[in-house]
Amino acid sequence: MSNPVLYDNPGPRTRRRVMIGSVVAGVLLLGVLALVLVRLGEEGQFSGERWGPLVNLYYPKFAALWTGLGVALWNNIVAAVLAMTLSLTIGTALALTRITSARWYRWAVVSVIELFRGLPVVIAIFFAYRVLPEVGIELPKLWYLVIGLTAYNCVIIAEIVRSGVASLPRGQAEAGAAIGLTRGQSLRLVQLPQAFRVMLPALISQLVVIFKDTSLGFIILYPESVRFVRLAIEELDNPLQLFFALAVIFIVINYLLSRLAVYVERRLSRAGTVGPRPGAGTLDTGQPLAGTSTTGG
Amino acid sequence: MLGLIDYFEPVTDNIGLFADAFLVTLEICLYGATGSLLLGTLIAACRVSPLPPLQRVGSAWVTVFRNCPLTIVLFFCAFGLPEIGINAPFFWFGIIGLVLYTSAFACEAVRSGINSVSAGQAEAARAVGLTFIQSLGTVVLPQAMRTVVPPLGSVIIAMIKNSAIVGAVGVGGDLFSTYGTLVSARGLPIIPVLLGVAAGYLLITIPGGILLGVLERRVAVAR
Repeated sequence: MSNPVLYDNPGPRTRRRVMIGSVVAGVLLLGVLALVLVRLGEEGQFSGERWGPLVNLYYPKFAALWTGLGVALWNNIVAAVLAMTLSLTIGTALALTRITSARWYRWAVVSVIELFRGLPVVIAIFFAYRVLPEVGIELPKLWYLVIGLTAYNCVIIAEIVRSGVASLPRGQAEAGAAIGLTRGQSLRLVQLPQAFRVMLPALISQLVVIFKDTSLGFIILYPESVRFVRLAIEELDNPLQLFFALAVIFIVINYLLSRLAVYVERRLSRAGTVGPRPGAGTLDTGQPLAGTSTTGG
Repeated sequence: MLGLIDYFEPVTDNIGLFADAFLVTLEICLYGATGSLLLGTLIAACRVSPLPPLQRVGSAWVTVFRNCPLTIVLFFCAFGLPEIGINAPFFWFGIIGLVLYTSAFACEAVRSGINSVSAGQAEAARAVGLTFIQSLGTVVLPQAMRTVVPPLGSVIIAMIKNSAIVGAVGVGGDLFSTYGTLVSARGLPIIPVLLGVAAGYLLITIPGGILLGVLERRVAVAR
């Protein structure tokens, strides 16, 4: 974690100062935390009444709450998996169209990609939810969510695929051409399989983004976890506790997924595949934390 | 052609409302961007600092806010902040939530920029006797800022798009809420209004993306 390049290896005096600084910083942070907890305590946020349904096995609503939450979370997962699969398919198709098509047509593909990239995902979901029924396409709510998420994410995945293919050495495409493969064959047989290996971490990160965004399903009343929690609050009157529990669940799932992305990335770079490598001789402040996409969108 | 103009009458008739909503969204984005850049840089500084407690807090911060959906962060702010005695209009809770969420991504962008500064620079700073804060503030960060511009710009553009979620969760008056005002309350046709709302966001994000591309080329330096 530490990055001794930014400061000297501490001598005895600095070590003492770092120690004092750490203690002061630690005490301050704990103080703030304690203050917040005391305030929450004064407001009765730690009462058994509020936490009971979540932690007390014998509380009347315990089983109903967790079963409901489980079903709702499963709905998040279903939407995420469907949206990911569709986005991956359409995104790859878009990227291939962009790579292989004639110039005038490529311009059209790029415009569509740029247009969709600029739209908020909420708008895409809402659009699917309100506009599709208007034009006579009636679907279950799950599909409105999936279509909205796919519209937003397929263009991002198209960009990931394009840059993945572009990151391969030119020799790969040339070798494909040299043995007489057509452009499409060379992409399908030579370039894409390698590109997907390079892209895998980015794709896993995108899956995390999609999973987080399924929580927007509550806007179109899709029975996912945020909507479930909002309904449960009306009955149990413990918003902080329920949202805390839901946040922890999301963070744990996404954290594990991101760890997987980091692990895959390390394995791939050890296997000596093509792809960007960290530059030598630069400041290294440690491994990136397991997280999700780098932009938050 | 005339038909098309008629079709968008719900938008053109209410162009004042759209303009106001556009300004509110712009305001959210301005506060949000300023807040998350400042907080993100601060947390990045914590993460590379020599003090272990600060490092831990920095990484915990990033892990929590990067992996939690913005929706939940926003609800948590709305329900939680009043409980610890912070009372403000919902507008500010929305901005606080947006800043908390975005700061984690801004932090990682800044930190990756710090990573890209060549080690010799930091060593030179230490060799002339600068302290950690001096070398970070006067040598490393100014250089890091250049490499940071592209990723940080993408973070801000993503934040602009996320501001629609703030509207969807219930901050009134922004672009996303225009839909509710015009369609749910006044019964205007859905599609033109939604297209108008979408155009409002594109009006910010597409020029933003172009501006970012220009900036990127200008600050790009060979290392």
